[in-house]
Amino acid sequence: MFKTLLIKYGEIAIKGKNRHLFEDALVRQIVHALRPVEGDFHVYKAQGRIYIDCESNYDFEETVDALKCVFGIVGICPVMKVEDEGLEQLGNDVIEFLENVYDIDRQTFKVVTRRARKNYPIESMKVNCELGGRILDAFPGMRVDVHEPEITLHVEIREKIYIYSKIIPGPGGMPVGTNGRAMLLLSGGIDSPVAGYMICKRGVRLDATYFHAPPYTSERAKQKVVDLAKKVAKYAGPIHLHVVNFTDIQLYIYDKCPHDELTIIMRRYMMKIAEHFARENGDLALITGESIGQVASQTMQSLAATNEVCTMPVFRPLIGFDKQEIVDIAEKIDTYETSILPFEDCCTIFVAKHPVTKPNLNAIKRSEKKLEEKIDELVKTALETTETIRIE
Amino acid sequence: MEAYLDNSATTRCTDAVKEVVVRTMMEDYGNPSSKHMKGVEAERYLRDARETIARTLKVNEKEIYFTSGATESNNWALIGAATANRRAGMHIITTAIEHPAVLMPLQYLEEQGFRVTYLPVDERGHISLQDLEAAVCEDTILVSMMYVNNEIGTIEPIAEAAKIVKKHNPRILFHVDAVQAYGKLAVYPKKLGIDLLSVSAHKIHGPKGIGFLYVNEKAKIHPLLLGGGQQKGMRSGTDNVPGAAGLAQAAKEAYEHLEENTQHLLSLKQRMTAGLTELSRKLEMDEAAQGKAATGKAVSGKAATEKADPGKAGSGKTGPGKGGQELKPVVIHSEEGEKSAPHIVSAAFPGVRSEVLLHALEERRIYVSAGSACSSNKKLPVSAVLKELHLRPELLESTLRFSFSRYTTQEEIDYCLQVLAELLPVLRRYARY
Repeated sequence: MFKTLLIKYGEIAIKGKNRHLFEDALVRQIVHALRPVEGDFHVYKAQGRIYIDCESNYDFEETVDALKCVFGIVGICPVMKVEDEGLEQLGNDVIEFLENVYDIDRQTFKVVTRRARKNYPIESMKVNCELGGRILDAFPGMRVDVHEPEITLHVEIREKIYIYSKIIPGPGGMPVGTNGRAMLLLSGGIDSPVAGYMICKRGVRLDATYFHAPPYTSERAKQKVVDLAKKVAKYAGPIHLHVVNFTDIQLYIYDKCPHDELTIIMRRYMMKIAEHFARENGDLALITGESIGQVASQTMQSLAATNEVCTMPVFRPLIGFDKQEIVDIAEKIDTYETSILPFEDCCTIFVAKHPVTKPNLNAIKRSEKKLEEKIDELVKTALETTETIRIE
Repeated sequence: MEAYLDNSATTRCTDAVKEVVVRTMMEDYGNPSSKHMKGVEAERYLRDARETIARTLKVNEKEIYFTSGATESNNWALIGAATANRRAGMHIITTAIEHPAVLMPLQYLEEQGFRVTYLPVDERGHISLQDLEAAVCEDTILVSMMYVNNEIGTIEPIAEAAKIVKKHNPRILFHVDAVQAYGKLAVYPKKLGIDLLSVSAHKIHGPKGIGFLYVNEKAKIHPLLLGGGQQKGMRSGTDNVPGAAGLAQAAKEAYEHLEENTQHLLSLKQRMTAGLTELSRKLEMDEAAQGKAATGKAVSGKAATEKADPGKAGSGKTGPGKGGQELKPVVIHSEEGEKSAPHIVSAAFPGVRSEVLLHALEERRIYVSAGSACSSNKKLPVSAVLKELHLRPELLESTLRFSFSRYTTQEEIDYCLQVLAELLPVLRRYARY
């Protein structure tokens, strides 16, 4: 029955003169999100609101699910749009609306009118009273409760009149594309997809780098990362996933460096390589799923030692999260099931029994000196042979 | 070059199979239950298929029931036999190394109150006939045993086992999971004393999604699938004509030149095991030569890097003095020659995890299995069957299965051996313990 959805957005409204940029981005993201959904959608902004009209048949649930992935949306309101044909007719429309949407029994309600068109002849409060009276007449069981009503009926008077009572919460955040781009280090684990989600929630476009180590990691492990990237792309829009063949670098480090430092040194090279692709793509920061103290390579000392190779800012949106908090988000964004599939990722292959937890940067650098002979060439080869997959 | 050495997981259809499947899908696509000509035509395929298969087993065609494959056949045989005979007793005997398609239905039956005895196996995968004899008791109603083990190729003593069971009580039903045996060995249920026999088509160059259960006409079992009453009410569901026709064609081809095929498979197996033994010897020699220059673990040959890591030196479990006798670089599980199935060679490569070697081979277009394909999806890839052989952990986690078909060539075997010889010295250098 709803031919129109009203989209509420939050923070965008406070962006002053840049507001139209954010609104345009949101419209663009909505259009993109609705592309796979069947229906002829018309998305437009008018008077500080974004509306989606759909004259053809469409699947309401599917549409709302798609919109729930668009950052910047705070609420999705299915509205009934009517012409202004006087207060009498508006009363009829409101009653029709309630009959269609609710099993009217003994609910409490209130009417909230907003008069955006100030030349409408009747004041908002008056409209509230009139419509409230009509509702009480039509449904004898209903009662008014202005403090905690079960049904809050919104009537917005603009060029046309919009009636709605339900606000489906959106994901919040900022429209993707309004805050630059960043490079996500994506493993097959639980954390990194969540980190990507958190960053793109703030309006950032994503690229991603994955380190593949055949034959130690399988084609299925790579497929798993592609699947995870797809799930993140539902929120982030298209992602360029760089699949780096890391085996030779890893084996070389294994040959030359102390085994308890393997993971740190390996991660330093991962950061360097990710930063290289970040620069190529115009990304302004690196994103990782690290959280302090979660594993040996994520102690404060290890994070500092890893960070040291980067000149770009490295953002770690999960830094203060406990594992369970991360898992909760992973479940919400539907990456958890995929993340826990049991394929080895390249970090777990050559893990030492007792990796250093408090690496000494000087010691690490001394160890890395032993790599001088071949490492640059290996990194160069890895960069050259990297496969880039466009994830939609 | 490509080498598909995973024929115990599945096989490629033959051209003739493809043709009959396509024909029964595109031209003679009728439903055998229909009364009109199209139905009669389709029914003819079904009848011919049953006849062809019955002939390979030397049984009556009335005793062949088509199913969706071996999983259904096994489920039906076990649950159908147990429920139909529960008044005679509640005891079932099986082996510890059955396929999950046997073990899981039995677990279900245990939940329903049946008792199940799991016969242990020796390090080669054989059950002991004494154990079987001791296990049979007054209320035993069913014995289920695989013919050829899917992971290491062991042939179980089916005829002897059936004799023991039947001597004790001729009414005990004897079920055999013959998925890896049918098409490779001559299998004659009546001669062997088998009442129920499960077979799958896709292991013998037939299509997936079809198999059959042989049910001796005197055996009493309940149907599992109820519905339209097809196949004499024993297995409802629209007849899978393309599947049945494809299965029959595959069976016919498999048994047409059985002797020849067996000789071919045996020669492949011989070539593979000889090659692996030679490879093992060569690896040992090369590494011993390298090991002299360095200290510590001669076996893995990565002693040079170990010096930097004194905490780990000598921790390799395969190293001398640990866990008993030193393991060779290649350990073959399968018995030689005709003592085990001609198409399976199972071998361990201690120090190299099976998944890693599998993917390294895959990069060179050689396809093999780690454990069995069916149990590879579980969290721990270690095979339950191999565990039952009580192998050392280093062998468990490093076992690959090479399985052949009559279309496998000597060149494929040689190519596989050659690539293994290239890969193993490198992979063993990065062995993880």
